[in-house]
Amino acid sequence: MLGNIKNIGLIGGLVVFLLACNGDEPSPYMATPANLDVPDLFANSILPPQIPNDNPLTVEGIALGKTLFYDPILSANNTQACASCHLPSQAFSDPNPFSVGIDGSLGTRNSMPLFNLAWHDRGPLNWDGSAINLEEQIFEPVTNPIEMANTWPNAVQSLQNSGIYPELFDAAFGTTQIDSVMVSKAIAQFVRTLISGNSKFDRHLLGLEELSQEEARGLNIFLDETRGDCFHCHGNPGNPLWTDNRFHNNGLDAFFEDRGLGAVTGDPRDDGLFRTPSLRNLSFTAPYMHDGRFSTLDEVIDHYSEGLVYSETISPLMKSVADGGVQLTAEEKSDLKAFLLSLSDESFLTNPDYQ
Amino acid sequence: MPLFHSTFVARLLMGLIIVSFISCKDNDDTPLAEVNPSFNFTHNWDGVPIQNSDYENTTYVNENGESLTLSKLVYLISDITFSDAQGNTFSAGDYNLIDAREGINLNFAPDVTLEEGTYNVSFTFGFDDEDNAGDYPDLNTADGGVWIVPMMLGGGYHYMKLEGKYTDTQTTPSSEVGFAYHAIRANDNSTDPITLQDTSFIVNLGEVVVSPGTEIEIQMNVAEWFKNPHTWNLYELYMMLMPNFQAQILMSENGANGVFTKG
Repeated sequence: MLGNIKNIGLIGGLVVFLLACNGDEPSPYMATPANLDVPDLFANSILPPQIPNDNPLTVEGIALGKTLFYDPILSANNTQACASCHLPSQAFSDPNPFSVGIDGSLGTRNSMPLFNLAWHDRGPLNWDGSAINLEEQIFEPVTNPIEMANTWPNAVQSLQNSGIYPELFDAAFGTTQIDSVMVSKAIAQFVRTLISGNSKFDRHLLGLEELSQEEARGLNIFLDETRGDCFHCHGNPGNPLWTDNRFHNNGLDAFFEDRGLGAVTGDPRDDGLFRTPSLRNLSFTAPYMHDGRFSTLDEVIDHYSEGLVYSETISPLMKSVADGGVQLTAEEKSDLKAFLLSLSDESFLTNPDYQ
Repeated sequence: MPLFHSTFVARLLMGLIIVSFISCKDNDDTPLAEVNPSFNFTHNWDGVPIQNSDYENTTYVNENGESLTLSKLVYLISDITFSDAQGNTFSAGDYNLIDAREGINLNFAPDVTLEEGTYNVSFTFGFDDEDNAGDYPDLNTADGGVWIVPMMLGGGYHYMKLEGKYTDTQTTPSSEVGFAYHAIRANDNSTDPITLQDTSFIVNLGEVVVSPGTEIEIQMNVAEWFKNPHTWNLYELYMMLMPNFQAQILMSENGANGVFTKG
């Protein structure tokens, strides 16, 4: 009996000891949790975004990311910010076919717009799929010699030496010792908050606004396999993202100067494949295609109507390639364009949370 | 005495073992093990396995003599059902979207628990009309969000996207032409209201003995989509098949005749 009591006492002591040890461990710092402002259309139709477990959204992290996004401090000569090539007025894209780096160097691809990327968590990013997620994507431009042309140690030192950043990182991540991972996490948090879901077509789906006859006809062309057949890559009213976020060769060239996805994977089957961009906000995201070769939406529609070029990896979904495309009439092109423009969201450009 | 003792113990043990066996055998109330069978989906062209490296590389010849390569094979199955000899059926009513090229969802365990035994196993290719009327956020997101069928084509979801290119030898020189063998519910929107016909079909895999660890292989012979009972002519039926009511009927009939077998 006495032995049992002794054992109970020992076990109890061990439990107390373990609890005490556990209690002594410093609890990980946690800033104020934040949630995305998800439009009803998104919440009701598609799966919610998968926020990385190691980079939860926080009020302080988003605020820090926003400050970093607009600050040229990450570039080698303190002249270029993320926002220099991702302009809010252009739905966070660049009106130039190729963005200009800090020393005047031209890039090789058109700057992609930034919105609704919180939902692009199931596929790689960039035109060529070279980044597996936002956090990784953000690492690259800082050191790219034709973009910010900096080194990460130098960028981090600049932040460390600034008057404001140690305090902002402390609020976001619980430490004043800045590193590149925290920089990428903070910017990724801010970019995930950039949500566009208030276009005329969104309001139409919510029963708040009527489409014009031209826009309604354009939607039918978009969804009609025998005419536009745009939906197999760019989605449909049941999915508000308006992209499949996959990679396709859409018949731009017979030969590839830029191999796109193929240069990343090394697989010849991927040569000439580029990520499908969203059709949202086309009013603001010209020029179009990965190399910005089309300056107007009319040129884009003309391409699919009569400008397709065969190459070995062209998507089977590109129809009537031998004839150059689906041969839309002038009226059909006009209707299709009207529908496409109804996917533009002016309020996205002026949202004060993003400026 | 020690000898007697050990003999006694041995007999006692033997007796207990026998009693134990007898009681096991005679006890009809002992429940059978509950099991969760799973499925494995494989793909072949007339018996030759199709691997990722075959897509866009390996040339196949279909029943009509057209040379073709495959680039995409994604399809939906639903309502896997187990039926026992007493006529009881067990189905979770769930579904699985398989991407053969990317190797996604090749293994699937329906949310159903069975007692060990022999069952007839079947599943639905695609969605029947009842399921097709549902709204599924995961399918709205699947295949890049383009698994949905537009309302003007009857709505619901694709059953299958089989894509590739065939060699058009009627041109000089011959040329590669894309095909999109997309199976959906047959629809004719030239009528008002739209005419719809459920072209999903039930595949009966036959009897399966289900025990712990049972994995049932479902084989798709892709060549059969072009073969039986309708010899598929890609020159005539290569694109724009979704709004083609008759083409959807033909696909369904070919699919229900030998495309799927139990491995």
